[in-house]
Amino acid sequence: MTAALFVFYVLALVTVAAAVMVIAARNPVHSVLFLILAFFNSAGLLILIGAELVGMLLVVVYVGAVAVLFMFVVMMLDINFVQLREGFLQYLPLGALVGLILLLELVMVIGTRAVPTTVAAMPQATPPGVNNTEALGRLLYTDYFYLFQAAGVILLVAIIGAITLTLRHRPDARRQDIAAQVHRRPQDTLEVRKVRPRSGI
Amino acid sequence: MPTLDRIARTVLWQELVKGFALTFRYMFRPKVTLNYPYEKGPLSPRFRGEHALRRYPNGEERCIACKLCEAICPAQAITIEAERRADGSRRTTRYDIDMTKCIYCGFCEEACPVDAIVEGPNMEFAAETREELFYTKEKLLENGERWEAEIAARLEMDAPYR
Amino acid sequence: MAEFFWGVIWPVVVLAVLTVVIIVPLLLAVAYLTYAERKIIAAMQLRQGPMFVGPYGLLQPLADGLKLFFKETVIPSRANKGVFLLAPMITFILALIGWAVIPFGEGLVLADINVGVLYLFAVSSLGVYGIIMAGWASNSRYAFLGALRSSAQMVSYEISMGLIIINVLMTAGSLNLSEIVRAQAEHGWYVLWHFPMFMIFLVSIIAETNRLPFDLPEDEASLVTGYNVEYSSMTFALFFLGEYANMILMSAIATILFLGGWLPPFEVAPFTWIPGPIWFFLKVALILFVYIWARATLPRYRYDQLMRLGWKVFLPLSLAWIVLTSAVLVFFDLAP
Repeated sequence: MTAALFVFYVLALVTVAAAVMVIAARNPVHSVLFLILAFFNSAGLLILIGAELVGMLLVVVYVGAVAVLFMFVVMMLDINFVQLREGFLQYLPLGALVGLILLLELVMVIGTRAVPTTVAAMPQATPPGVNNTEALGRLLYTDYFYLFQAAGVILLVAIIGAITLTLRHRPDARRQDIAAQVHRRPQDTLEVRKVRPRSGI
Repeated sequence: MPTLDRIARTVLWQELVKGFALTFRYMFRPKVTLNYPYEKGPLSPRFRGEHALRRYPNGEERCIACKLCEAICPAQAITIEAERRADGSRRTTRYDIDMTKCIYCGFCEEACPVDAIVEGPNMEFAAETREELFYTKEKLLENGERWEAEIAARLEMDAPYR
Repeated sequence: MAEFFWGVIWPVVVLAVLTVVIIVPLLLAVAYLTYAERKIIAAMQLRQGPMFVGPYGLLQPLADGLKLFFKETVIPSRANKGVFLLAPMITFILALIGWAVIPFGEGLVLADINVGVLYLFAVSSLGVYGIIMAGWASNSRYAFLGALRSSAQMVSYEISMGLIIINVLMTAGSLNLSEIVRAQAEHGWYVLWHFPMFMIFLVSIIAETNRLPFDLPEDEASLVTGYNVEYSSMTFALFFLGEYANMILMSAIATILFLGGWLPPFEVAPFTWIPGPIWFFLKVALILFVYIWARATLPRYRYDQLMRLGWKVFLPLSLAWIVLTSAVLVFFDLAP
């Protein structure tokens, strides 16, 4: 137990420190790197409580795909960040207000539920006899089936929306037709002729 | 039918399979390269390698300091100084070839009336410093002694075509 | 105190020893993979390959390593130093940690975790960071372009790889790599059931590891070796080792998912005499040979063709195969 506790504190500390550095780092690329570190340590925390599937998915989806796209954008932006930070204090009251409201909401949401005080009373990531993946699958495909499907549909709509918004048909663009190129045969396009000297074709 | 044939060829990766089979066959063919420092290819008797100054069989150096090689050298790599020796014959006191300038055209060899300067079969004379490539008369004569057997054989083989 | 020793220290020591037992042969395998690559490509091009250092050039990889080790590490003056040095380490470490869950034989696995496939998938998806950080921190146009290409390429091919893996997972009914191999003892190797997926997977792992003919991130002709253009000495060596260790890791994954891991090809006498790890090694070597063979055979892809292949060919094909697989599994009531 002590070892698990030790690992928990290390992961939790690094997560919080990395999260702070995300907003404190001067260089935006460093911010994204710290964000990745935070994701990574949260995945470690999830694995520590036995939610291995969710932990791995966090790494695969957020670190492996989403953060890469973040990184892409941030790397290619060429912004003067000192200039960007000039109005920081001006917006502080507004930002603090929004933060406060969010905090209150969180407290209220958590407050409505009875928080179990012992570890044994909490819902377990791995119910006895079943591994985490199976337990999660059973929940998703029975109790929360409609919500799960609805989430899928919403994502599909988002994909289609993003494609329709950005797709441009350019009639003047010349595109490669690989099938046509592959199917070209010499006998269709080539003609071998005997040409006598000084007579032309 | 031809359409079906084409589709089958595409789906079954006919071109890829062909290409892979070709490289696989080639893997078992005999190698065409030599294991160079241990195996060497044949050299033509006309191969133009490192220079050498030859001597007559009695030990007298052939060069008579006519400076024809110096004159013809297109890279101006050869420097010759000459004076009368004690026995009255005209000999070089200095015969330098800057091997970093030399383009191995072989004109010096062609110009020489007494077959003194020749380009031998040696091509493995890479050096680590430039200074080692500024050849002096001593170095060239030493080369001549070392390679005399090969040089003589090469000259003899090439003689019928001259 | 004794409890602390046996409870905490001792397991850590055992793990460290086991890790070394895996990593040292792995690094040796990486070194000799480079030798095998040079020899095989040389043979296909009718050359002899390295012959000078040791008999038949067998000590060449050690000589190369030594040379890189003694060279000077050059850090570009306007590079982001921390990230610049971190990038090769990340690449190298990620190429090594994947081996923790690879079963070499029945029970021969460092960490027999339930989500082994996802773990490997996560590790391979992290691999892009080493490259993207290297490209950005080098502060060089070529390196940056290489990094952009590589990240787009790896993210794209991970998707088709993930969908292919789902086929195997549905048939095996487990995310545990050892379980997948055991399921193949029962069902027959999945290369028989999912042959088209196996071929697509082979192409995808070549693209995922940035090897020829999909080595656009390190395209010499247009990017002067891309993301590692600014790297020298050991930092370069780490990228190099990472790339080859990744090749071996991907081959091991393909072996486990499709070629039955440590299982012998036929459950009859002469084949069952050979122990499992040797079968595993032979199968991995076979896939590595295909890697090298492809490099010797095919010219480099164009970038838009690469993207087209990933998104417009492999993705729909593997998606359709998932539908087919699940339909067959449900229809014949085969689902585990």
